Amino acid sequence: MTNIITTHQLTRTFGKFTAVDAITFSVKEGEIFGFLGANGAGKTTALKMLTGLLSPSSGSATVAGFDVWKQPDQVKRRIGYMSQKFSLYEDLTVRENIRLYGGIYGLKMSEIKSKMGVLLEKLQLGPEADKLVGALPLGWKQKLAFSVALLHEPKIVFLDEPTSGVDPLTRRQFWELIYETAVTGVTLMVTTHYMDEAEYCDRVSIMVDGKIQALDTPRAMKEDFKAESMDEVFRRLARG
Amino acid sequence: MLVLLLIMPVLQTILLSYAANYEVKNLALAVVDHDLSPASRQLAAKFSASGYFKVKQTTFATKEADHAMANDRVDIILEIPAHFERDLVRENHATVSLVANAINATKAGLGMGYAQNIVRDFNIEFAEKWMARTVSTAPATAEGGGYATAPSTVQITYSNWYNPKLDYKTFMVPGILGEIVALIIGFLTALNIVREREIGTIEQLNVTPVQKWQFILGKLLPFWLLSLVMMTVGLAAGKLMFDIPMVGNLGLVFLYTATFTPCMLGFGFFISNFSDSQQQATFTVWFFLLIFILMCGLFTPVESMPQWAQWLNVLNPIQYFVEFMRLVLLKGADFQDIKTNYFSVLTYAIAVNGLAVWSYKKRA
Repeated sequence: MTNIITTHQLTRTFGKFTAVDAITFSVKEGEIFGFLGANGAGKTTALKMLTGLLSPSSGSATVAGFDVWKQPDQVKRRIGYMSQKFSLYEDLTVRENIRLYGGIYGLKMSEIKSKMGVLLEKLQLGPEADKLVGALPLGWKQKLAFSVALLHEPKIVFLDEPTSGVDPLTRRQFWELIYETAVTGVTLMVTTHYMDEAEYCDRVSIMVDGKIQALDTPRAMKEDFKAESMDEVFRRLARG
Repeated sequence: MLVLLLIMPVLQTILLSYAANYEVKNLALAVVDHDLSPASRQLAAKFSASGYFKVKQTTFATKEADHAMANDRVDIILEIPAHFERDLVRENHATVSLVANAINATKAGLGMGYAQNIVRDFNIEFAEKWMARTVSTAPATAEGGGYATAPSTVQITYSNWYNPKLDYKTFMVPGILGEIVALIIGFLTALNIVREREIGTIEQLNVTPVQKWQFILGKLLPFWLLSLVMMTVGLAAGKLMFDIPMVGNLGLVFLYTATFTPCMLGFGFFISNFSDSQQQATFTVWFFLLIFILMCGLFTPVESMPQWAQWLNVLNPIQYFVEFMRLVLLKGADFQDIKTNYFSVLTYAIAVNGLAVWSYKKRA
């Protein structure tokens, strides 16, 4: 399998604080890559650099074969992004949000219409289609945000803590959506601090204080640390 | 919100046009009459009948009037000396004293101006009356008796062009309209982008391949249409309520408005791009708008400002608008007359929106 994301010594500092400290890793095409770490470990900062929201202080990265620094538009056309903070327009309806993002990615009106039908069907949002997004429960909002991120059929989707704050049942449904997406060949990079979710990933990396301390399949990682669960692996790493 | 935006220009136009103008009326007058003659009473009556003065106090003691002025109860004191009428008749000459409270210099200046006009009118009337009486009581005995004919006076006649009735509302309304549209548009746009940054929706836009100019244009268009609607409502209100003249071509007014509002739009976006919070954006916009509004020529003539201020005013979009509206609505100027103004505003609009696009950063 080819690498769809590669980084080399990727670093970002904010004043004297180094949020991401020279990380070098790669993500393979079609895998579900778990990006783990405690709050403030640098996961979101790394993700923002890969999606072109933040410029790196040093180092380099390529996404889908394009340099994130030099060819941001090429990268952006091929990625989907779901922010930690819900970021669809709450004062627009479900339908309007879908139409807006379809339009921004340059989809034709007919394409948007057909995708809208499929999407509303899949998320069972049909009756809610003309309601303001702000009125939806958080779980539905998250699923909608994920679907909107997939609207333009990106090669890679970045999900920044997609399941934080939602109930266990919705979390499960959300991971079902992630699997369904992975089956179609889309690469997913997911940050989370739920260690049970790490078990669902093909490979995971664990970030501590801006550095990647471990990167492997969950099974190999547990063997390495002679641990019962990912939770235990994480606690040992985080303790240092 | 939309209703609010349409009501605001109408309400402000009404309120400001009636209340915030240069007319000085109801000046509080104290009359100190030491003479108590028909002539002195006639002069005092002329003041109160003018409509500019309200006699607040009539007294014989100068001190009392001075005290009233010190306490701000009186703006102008008219002091008529003893033997006023006698001197006027016998010596053809008398003096009255006028004292103005000049803490508000404009008020004092205008008040004195009105007062002098009243005194002059009084002079003429008194002279005519006195002459007439002289003529009737002393039939022409001496041939060519100089004193028997009324003194020839040169009268100055005024004609006020473009605003014949000197109606200040005519002068204020077009300017106020521009100021209000600039105010509303400036605030709405300045708060817009920074608001998206605060709630986080801008991040989702920034990961899309949308171009910076597309983003600004997408933001600009709805507000631009809104500004045209607001201008239409405001002009209609001005016409219906104040019957402001619309001598010029209305098509030209809308062409100009369509070019002017992007100046304020781009200006707002530019500020929004540099602000970290809506609060900061509000303060920044208010800082500039206050300068723009006070220096736009609505309240003080631009021509009387110091040279450096006039240079600074090149950057004041509202100033162009006020000048344009007066030229076209009141004087009926055509495109040829306002060409320089129009192209200044067009350049301004292009430059400031260029800055807005440039300052919008998709990547932090």
